[in-house]
This record gives sequence, C-alpha cells and structure tokens, in this order.
Amino acid sequence: MFSLTQLFGRSTFSHGIHPPEHKAETAQRPIRRMPFPQQLVLPLNQHIGKPAVACVKKGQEVVRGEPIAEADSYVSVPLHAPATGRIRGIELMPSARGPRTPSILLDVYESATQEVLWGCERDLDSLSPEQLIQAVRETGMVGLGGAAFPSHVKLTPPTDHAVDTLVVNGCECEPYLTCDHRMMLEWTDALLLGTRIAMRCLGVAQAVIGVEDNKLDAVDAIAARIQPGSGISVKAVPTKYPQGAEKMLIKSVLNREVPPGGIPAQIGVVVNNVGTLSMLGRLLPKGEGLIERVVSVVGPGVERPGNYLVPIGTPVGFVLEQAGHEGRKSEIILGGPMMGTAVPSLDTPITKGTSGVLVLNEPAIDTESRLRSWPCIRCGRCLEACPMHLNPSMLGQLAAKREYEQMGEQYHLMDCFECGCCSYSCPSNIPLVQYFRIAKSILREKP
Amino acid sequence: MTNKAQIEIRTSPHAHSGADVVQIMRTVALTLLPLAGWGVWRYGLSAALLLLTTLLGCLLAERLFNRLRGQPSSLGDWSAVITGLLLGLSLPPGFPLWMGLVAAFAAIGLGKALFGGLGMNPFNPALVGRAFVQAAFPAAITTWTPALFDGRFTNPVPSTLAWPFLRPADISPWLHERAVDGFTGATPLALMKYEGQSIPLTDLLMGGGAGSIGEAALLILVCGLFLAFKRMLDWRIPLSIMASTALFAWLAQLFDPSAPGPLIMLCSGGLMLGAWFMATDMVGSPMTSLGVLIYGVLIGFVTEMIRLFGGLGEGVMYAILLGNAAAPLIDQWTQPRVFGAAKAKARKSA
Repeated sequence: MFSLTQLFGRSTFSHGIHPPEHKAETAQRPIRRMPFPQQLVLPLNQHIGKPAVACVKKGQEVVRGEPIAEADSYVSVPLHAPATGRIRGIELMPSARGPRTPSILLDVYESATQEVLWGCERDLDSLSPEQLIQAVRETGMVGLGGAAFPSHVKLTPPTDHAVDTLVVNGCECEPYLTCDHRMMLEWTDALLLGTRIAMRCLGVAQAVIGVEDNKLDAVDAIAARIQPGSGISVKAVPTKYPQGAEKMLIKSVLNREVPPGGIPAQIGVVVNNVGTLSMLGRLLPKGEGLIERVVSVVGPGVERPGNYLVPIGTPVGFVLEQAGHEGRKSEIILGGPMMGTAVPSLDTPITKGTSGVLVLNEPAIDTESRLRSWPCIRCGRCLEACPMHLNPSMLGQLAAKREYEQMGEQYHLMDCFECGCCSYSCPSNIPLVQYFRIAKSILREKP
Repeated sequence: MTNKAQIEIRTSPHAHSGADVVQIMRTVALTLLPLAGWGVWRYGLSAALLLLTTLLGCLLAERLFNRLRGQPSSLGDWSAVITGLLLGLSLPPGFPLWMGLVAAFAAIGLGKALFGGLGMNPFNPALVGRAFVQAAFPAAITTWTPALFDGRFTNPVPSTLAWPFLRPADISPWLHERAVDGFTGATPLALMKYEGQSIPLTDLLMGGGAGSIGEAALLILVCGLFLAFKRMLDWRIPLSIMASTALFAWLAQLFDPSAPGPLIMLCSGGLMLGAWFMATDMVGSPMTSLGVLIYGVLIGFVTEMIRLFGGLGEGVMYAILLGNAAAPLIDQWTQPRVFGAAKAKARKSA
C-alpha cells in the first residue's frame, strides 16, 4: 500500500545524515529473557534529576519487584528490586552516567524466580489523571529512549501552554539498535494502552506514533491494532538520523518547530518513546515497578546478537558472557554508536536508560585513521549535516581559539544537542562534538 | 570475554562517514591529470616542463615552509600537488620555467604558508601565484603560443628555457614562422576584444587555439562533473558562476550586439578551469548554501565586467580572488536560520 504521496510527499526535517543502519543483525530476533547474574548493581541515579534514596539496609532480604529506594524530590523516581535476594551493601560502583556512583548491590538468590512478587492490580479507568500520574511515578518509569527523564514529570507539562498532541517516538534512528522495533512488534497492545494512558494524563485527544520507514512491519502491526476513534494514528517518517530527536520528529509528523531553547510543550506537544509507553502499558495495570528492560546486544564483536529482556542492574560483562563476545580489543558502548557512551569497565550495569550494548571490535574501531585529525578545510559538510542548522565548522574554529562566548552568542552553541552529525561527516576528523560539549559546560559554569 | 580484553574508550559519535581530507585532495589532484595530459598533447614539451616545474616547485616550497615553521611535513595532504598542477594549467605554455618556479613559491609562500597552511588560506594559492607573476612578468604571461605545432615534442618554445633574470627571449620570429592563416598568437578572447575576430566554438571546447595549458572547456566540464558527482566539489559554485556569466553576457549582447555571446564567454579563457577547480577551493569559498550562490554570481559579474570593460582580455583570476576576499563576509551575512527560530527575528539579528 505504497502511494506516491507516501514516497515523495512525506515531510521531514532538513539536513541530517544516513549512516549505515546495521539493523538486520537483530531486527528479526524476538525479545528473549536473560537470566539473573549473581549480583546486580543498582545505581541510585538512573534518571535525570535527584538520585533516589535507598530504603533498604545491608543484609536485608528483598523480593522481586519490591521498592528499594524512594524518590527524594519531584524530579526523581523510586527504584525496585529486579530480583529476589539479599542486599550486600551500598557502595560506589562504575556507571555510565559518570564516575563511580552510589549503588545498591544485590546478591541474587540462586533459586530466584522470574515471577514478580510485588505489585497491586489497578482499575486504570477509574483513576483520575492526577492519580494516573502518581501511579506512573510509583512504577519508577523514566524515558527508556536513553535520556532517562522521569516519565511523570514529562506527563505533567507546564500549565502555561496548552498541549494538544502526544507524539510517540518510534523512530529508533540510532544504527544497530532494534529494541524499540521489537517492542512495537511484540508488545503492540501494551504500546497502545500506554499511549492511551499518556493521553489521559496529558488530557489530549490526539496521538501520533512516528516510525521510521525502515520498520514498515511495525507501522503495519500498530495500524492493525489501533481502535477507530481512539485519536491515535501512526505515521511513517523517512529513515534518517537524527529523526528520533524530539524536535526533528515533531517537525516531521506535525510540521511544527520548537523554538531555540524551548520545549515541545510550547508548541503544544509532548513526546514519549515507544519503549517507555509499551513498558508503561505492561506495568501499570499490575502496579509493578520498572525492573527490567529490553536491550539490543549487538555489534561486530557479539556472537549471539539479539534483543534481551535484561534485569536492571545486570553488569555489562554478564550480558556479554550471555550473548557471547570475541575480540581482544574492543569498545563497549551503552546506547547507539552516534550518542552512546563508551564504558571503561565491564562492571558497569545496565540501567533504566540503557537501550543497547554495542560492541565494536578492532576493525570497527579502526584506530589509525580515527586518531589523526586534519585542519578544517571549510568543506561545509558539517553544515549540510547539522539538523539544527548551526555552523559547526565556525563553532569548531572558535572553540580551538577558546572564544566560547562568541560561540554561544553569535553561533547558537546552546542549540546543539550533540547528535554527532557534524563529527560523523567531517573529513578532517575534527572532534567537533567533543569541542562543543566542553564549550557548553564552560558557558554553563559562567555566571 | 578473556581477562586480557582491552577496553577502548572514545567519545561519541563512535561512527564516522569515512570521508577523508587526504582522499578528497588526492582525488582532486588526480582528476587534474587528464587536463594536464591534454595540455601536454597540445603544447608539447614546453607544457610538460612547465607543469613539472610548478608541481615540483610547490612541493619544494611546501616542504621548505614546513621546515621554517618547525612543522612536520604536510606533503602527505596532497594540497600542494593540487596547487602545483592548477598553477601550471593556468599559465601560457611557453612561460619561462624560472618564472614558473617563482610563481610556485609565491603560490605556496604568499598564498598559503603566510596564513598558516592548509585550511587557513583565504585565497586560492594557485591564483595568488598566478597573480604574482601577472604583476611581475606581464609580457611573458600574455605571450601565447599556438597549439599542436610541428615538432612540439622535440623542441620546446624558445622562451621556455630563458635564462633567469635576463630579458626574456623574444619569440615573435618563432611565432611568425608558425603563423598559419594569419595566426597572431593572441588568445580567442584577445582576438575578439582587440581585433574583432571570432574563433570557432569547437576550438574553444577542445582548447584548439592559443591559451593557457588547461583551457579545454569540454574536458574541464567532464572532470568537474566527475568530482561533483563524487561530492568532492560544491556543484552550486560552478553552476552559479556559469549561469551568471551567461546571463550577464546575454545582457551585454542586448546592449551591444558585437559583444561576445554567452557560449563564447563560457568556453573561453580560464572561466571553466576557474569555475570548476579554483573558485571551488573549499577553503576560500563560502560554506552556506545561499552564500555559495552569491559568491558565484559575484565572480560571474566581475569576470564579465573585466572582460568587457577592463584592460585585460581575461578576468576570471581577479574575479575569483575578489570572491575569495568576500567569502568570510558572505558567510557572515548568510548564516543559516537556526532550527525553530522565527524568520523575522533571524533577519533582525543578522
């Protein structure tokens, strides 16, 4: 059912890049459950905002699903025990969110069951929007797309703007990752339930699920399950990076532009990830907490790539043991290749925000050519790539001269969201995004 | 995973397009070779020696300035090869070799090293070299020799091997010997401008008459399109230069029917070489999509003005240098509108 308007009339944002997709390795692999490791590492700050506060003591027994840390302020969510076991203690452990962070260590019982032992069934239809949002908060839900922003905050947009549309982000534009794709295919009903819940929380009548057109099977699956009159629609958007960035997706599906420095609510939109909403759809009716998530384990260095339902807190080393891994020298990235973080330790745990474990081995790292960088020859490829329409070349030259203020005032540095399109396309291999991160942090510290 | 596993840490993005400056430069340089070969076929030994001189001169100068500035060798980036070949292609075939060497040193020294090397030069270095010798040796650079003359592979043009710093050899008797059908040794543009003669278009396309080594409009077009197809030059620049030159030539002809028409203007002199290979020098041209169009129109306009009203038969060189000079300003004027910014506001702040 491919019409001409679908081929040529599909709107999208301008610029962006087309990195090799690498989706075929895992797109057809159904979600499989990964066993418990011996020990789980549960950082208290798995979300943006204030870290949760532990409410368990060393030596205490916990059951799968039980809350082990409480939200400490509004922008904060609780944390639940992903497995039945005994608390070993609270220690500083490596994490992807920065240097060693306070984490609850949980020794998992060998006989631990996969059954969730903690929760309270709810009749969602009887709850008011406020009660629904409170219920969302109790699940400990955060954005599963990677940013890990507490969901209840996102579902409570500032009241000075009238929100009319929920945009559901099913783009998954990062190469290699397919966990959202699998959830859309396998958890379609949960996704639609989650979407309806989010619409009720926001009080909007319209929701658009935007899916990149390299996942038309997901579009079909969703379209087949949408109930008429629900206000939910699904729209295929062109496959291109960073189509999954909030501002880009809103432009593509609604043709509205979020003003610089602004938030989507200003133009009446709230964006949620498909992974977040399908998980919400699974957890809320049973009143359970977020204790596991789907993770794409993939990359040239992985022997059995796939999409795994991994208990939160599982160390990356255990994930790689399960999926099989070879290669003496490799780069282990949490997230996708464009915006993911390389981790220094195999003890780093999977957290709520981890969408993928990507292993690049020697040939993929391609050390020699990647380490050398050349002067900027002003070829303009970064300008053609930047979805925010910035001038990365000029910003890079100013960064080299440490003219941070001019970068911010004249060249809109703060509108850069570090998608990496400029670094990706730079023939001189200039670490542009790195420059911009440094410049932004310096500008933020200035009074 | 074994215990010996080594974990690499980099910052995102962990993927790269594979685009590579050296590869771009090398491809551009190699694409100039067919042009050089065609020039050598038409003008013989003199052209070969001159191209070799400017090429080696530029490499030598590049290395010398690396040394003087205490930097590692930058010969590996191939940019000096491009400058050397372009410089040679833009000179008359019988240009004395020692002057070619001077031009090469001026190109690299004044055009590039002075500003800090690759990526820092505001002007196209080859054009800086050519402008230098245009000022220093005005007679030699406007002495043209016919193409395809007999014995061109065994005997160079007498001026080629002229002694340095002595009065250049007078080649008018030599030229007179080869004069066929009233051939005067002037370029097509000069013929039209000062003698009212016209040259068959086929000659212009193939570089049939007298001219610089690299004047062969059709071949340049093919090579340029190849590079544009490979995304190694910005096709909008030659397109806007050619379109604006044609437009202004057409307008000029409306007022004065004796003025050369669009096709002649496009195919003659250095316009094609300049539009495709010199104005497109990434370092000296604007980066914004609107900016490159303004830049191209500016170059086309100035070329037309010089050709019609100036004292020179040619005008492309100065037009491009002027365009290079204006590029930073054009870039500043045409900064793209940041995503989401209101259109009116963007105009106000610009």
